[in-house]
Amino acid sequence: MPYDSIVCVKQVPDTANVTADAMKDDGTVNRAALPAIFNPEDLHALETALEIREAFGGTVTAASMGPPKAADVLRECLYRGADRAILITDRRAAASDTLATSYILAKAIETVGRYDFVFCGRQAIDGDTAQVGPQCAEKLGIPQVTYLEQLVSLSERVVRIRRNVGRGWEIVEAELPVLVTVLESANKPRPPAAKRVMRFKRARVEAEIAREVGGELADASDDQRQAEVERRAAELKRAGLLIEQWSLDDIGADLSRCGHRGSPTRVHRIQAIVLTKEGHTDIPPTAEGIGQLIHELVIDRTLG
Amino acid sequence: MIEVNRQGEVWVFAEQEDGSLHDVVLELCGKARQLADRLGVRVGAVLPGSNLDDLPQRLIAHGADNVYLVDNERLAHYQTGSYARVLTTLIEKHKPQIVMYGATPLGRDLAPRVASTLRAGMTADCTDLEIDDVKDPRSDTVHEKLLLQIRPAFGGNIIATIVNFDQWPQMATVREGVMPLLEPDPSREGRVVSEQVEIDLSLLALKLIERHIEPRTVNLKGARVIVAGGAGVGSKENFRVIHELAGVIGGAVGASRAAVDSGYIGKEHQVGQTGTTVRPALYIAAGISGAIQHRAGMEESAKIIAINKDPNAPILSLAHYGIVGDLNKVIPMMIKALRERP
Repeated sequence: MPYDSIVCVKQVPDTANVTADAMKDDGTVNRAALPAIFNPEDLHALETALEIREAFGGTVTAASMGPPKAADVLRECLYRGADRAILITDRRAAASDTLATSYILAKAIETVGRYDFVFCGRQAIDGDTAQVGPQCAEKLGIPQVTYLEQLVSLSERVVRIRRNVGRGWEIVEAELPVLVTVLESANKPRPPAAKRVMRFKRARVEAEIAREVGGELADASDDQRQAEVERRAAELKRAGLLIEQWSLDDIGADLSRCGHRGSPTRVHRIQAIVLTKEGHTDIPPTAEGIGQLIHELVIDRTLG
Repeated sequence: MIEVNRQGEVWVFAEQEDGSLHDVVLELCGKARQLADRLGVRVGAVLPGSNLDDLPQRLIAHGADNVYLVDNERLAHYQTGSYARVLTTLIEKHKPQIVMYGATPLGRDLAPRVASTLRAGMTADCTDLEIDDVKDPRSDTVHEKLLLQIRPAFGGNIIATIVNFDQWPQMATVREGVMPLLEPDPSREGRVVSEQVEIDLSLLALKLIERHIEPRTVNLKGARVIVAGGAGVGSKENFRVIHELAGVIGGAVGASRAAVDSGYIGKEHQVGQTGTTVRPALYIAAGISGAIQHRAGMEESAKIIAINKDPNAPILSLAHYGIVGDLNKVIPMMIKALRERP
């Protein structure tokens, strides 16, 4: 029995490798200085969906919300085997918190229509909230299974999943459709397939085409540029290389639930972590130095 | 969501498993007490489950004024659907201004689902909570006595303070081990309120097939002193000196992710963003370079000693005492000095 999966993926700044260059003078993070990467756990979500398709048939649709540049991660999905890629991009979605983001993603998933599984990485490394998956499931009105570390069995629209629950694991059974969040320990994501890279490296969303045309035809009129964008988009579509680009209107989203307006939480303040040298003492690696250190810790009652 | 309700209580979700409360719940009760006293309101604890006889009294001893007990056989085992229904029903009925959950695997599964149903704000993984007035820069309105939800973000490189002006309750999950555990007062008095919430079978969507939970063998959170080893320890055999030093001090053994990944020691010892967050009186980091992921889990320690061969290791700039040297020589010297202390 074939199964259709939708995988939610996110492009994130590589927060694991933040260097001094990535901090601005005012102490905030300079996102532009950080390489943008495929959110690590989302790759494992994609792999889970691809493995299901290989074993049972069906389709894998990758969806992402973000600026036009986020098409990078959708191309990565196509390289690895996704059948279809959708970018939800709209300026009015900017400044969405997890509640608004999950609303938009759920509307996009409903617009795709048929699905048996929705897969998400457990959390994204820029925020580490792990909220968007469960909030999407709630909006879709389907059960969630968080923290998948092994897909145990699947048959007749009933899935068994081993979840990691911190101090151990449990196996739960659910009827489809279900939303599943996936851990890094779940599988080993396949590398991009060389043939698919050759084919899909030219895949674009319309916003990317518009930017390319804007650069190449800087002197042309708006109408001429628009006509060229449409021509190129139609050509890519015929070749199966147009990544779908959806606006909030395309998914029928209620604008009061999107972006800043739809976000109950506000960032009030940001502070950079500065390593402090305050009160730092260098202890020489000698018996005297260490004896003195232990003595000090006993005196100040750190050691009983 | 509920309207801004300044008389609303400060609530704690009382996570329990097989009739025993999760440690983080008691930490949250202490924090809730502090926040509620500042706001001049009561502390409530929501306790769903089945046969939870003595738990309400423990919650009261730790600071709860009202325990909302939802005793139902269908709540004996946690399920997202049934527990979320309990929370949303009671929040809509009693309109608390703040709801806190432990940032446990269960809390992080439940809390966003509740927030989504209520269309309320939700902040994950807070390491601190405060009450203060906040001006909305867009409207210049001053919102009085809001909950400041403080959390690391961006891989621990920044600390963000999040607020929720008007789509209440103000909700947050809170990391384990970051709030001080207050001494319980067994003579404290409180009220146990029995609540009925209908749990339709459709809310129990998952069937539990098998469950395997490891006993909690390593108590990193409760330890006054932690001796932790990293990749620089070099091998499983070399980790013996770490265990030995911990034994002499009477502390627990911790480890960096690199040491766990290299198989030197079990994952239950891991300190850091993906492990346990700790704040002991003394943290000794041996052969740990001090990656952000690790620092996020230990930088709140009262005193930090770092031992590292590399004088440029980032951990040294975080430490109160830095020892540049070979841990296989330094640690035996420490053990000797400790044994010889008067």
